[in-house]
Amino acid sequence: MDPQEYQQIEQQNTPPTPYLKNCLKAFLVGGIICAIGQAITFLYMIFFDFTDKTAGNATVATMVFIAMILTGLGLYRKLGAFAGAGSAVPVTGFGNAVVSAAIEGKTEGWVLGVGGNMFKLAGSVILFGVGSAFFIALIKLILVSMGVVEW
Amino acid sequence: MIVFYSFLFAFIVGGIICVIGQLLMDVGKLTPGHTLVILVVSGAILDGLGLYEPLIDFAGAGATVPITSFGNSLTHGALAEAEKHGWVGVLTGMFEVTSSGISAAIVFGFIAALIFKPKGKAN
Repeated sequence: MDPQEYQQIEQQNTPPTPYLKNCLKAFLVGGIICAIGQAITFLYMIFFDFTDKTAGNATVATMVFIAMILTGLGLYRKLGAFAGAGSAVPVTGFGNAVVSAAIEGKTEGWVLGVGGNMFKLAGSVILFGVGSAFFIALIKLILVSMGVVEW
Repeated sequence: MIVFYSFLFAFIVGGIICVIGQLLMDVGKLTPGHTLVILVVSGAILDGLGLYEPLIDFAGAGATVPITSFGNSLTHGALAEAEKHGWVGVLTGMFEVTSSGISAAIVFGFIAALIFKPKGKAN
């Protein structure tokens, strides 16, 4: 059997991706996670004197805490299998990536395992986030100094 | 009623951002890692254009909880300091706004490693 023929047969036998169903699940779960985030934001604003600008940070930290509990109990993996991007895109997915890498790293010791692996999955998000923020700020700084745009 | 709408908008906008991620994975055949990187960079670019803040005002947690807000707040911090201190501000301001996500992830990751036992492949 030549590789092309094999690919054809493989394509025929893989079930088609259920695009709509996946999107619906992602929408529901992602939406619910964000609604929970909104509830936490309100709690911080009502009980802890945060403003709507500063409550965002506290909310993110709380969401990461919830992600830690769910990850440790093995529940976040189940949620991820159901929701796909719905659980990966919210900041809880970032927390899950860090926490699960830290827990798994334990088998290799604290320094090389937990410390070294913690950002194995989440590191690319930080790198590209910081990298793009740096260049965008640089571009804007240059544009402002040339007088093209205002701050 | 205002409270109800803020939940609704958070739900809808957060859901839509997740659907964009799902489409990148399903239709674009990207890995979750690539998808998240694209979303973070998009968030940073949107803030550079001044479009992310209005989205936060409209959707609240629907815009601050998805990973796009990470790119947004990195850029936001860098821009705010760059305005005050010029070139150096780009670096000093970078993590000013978004310290909580990363420090929470590090602290809670460490605590999780202390209390939970590894269960084999990916939690």
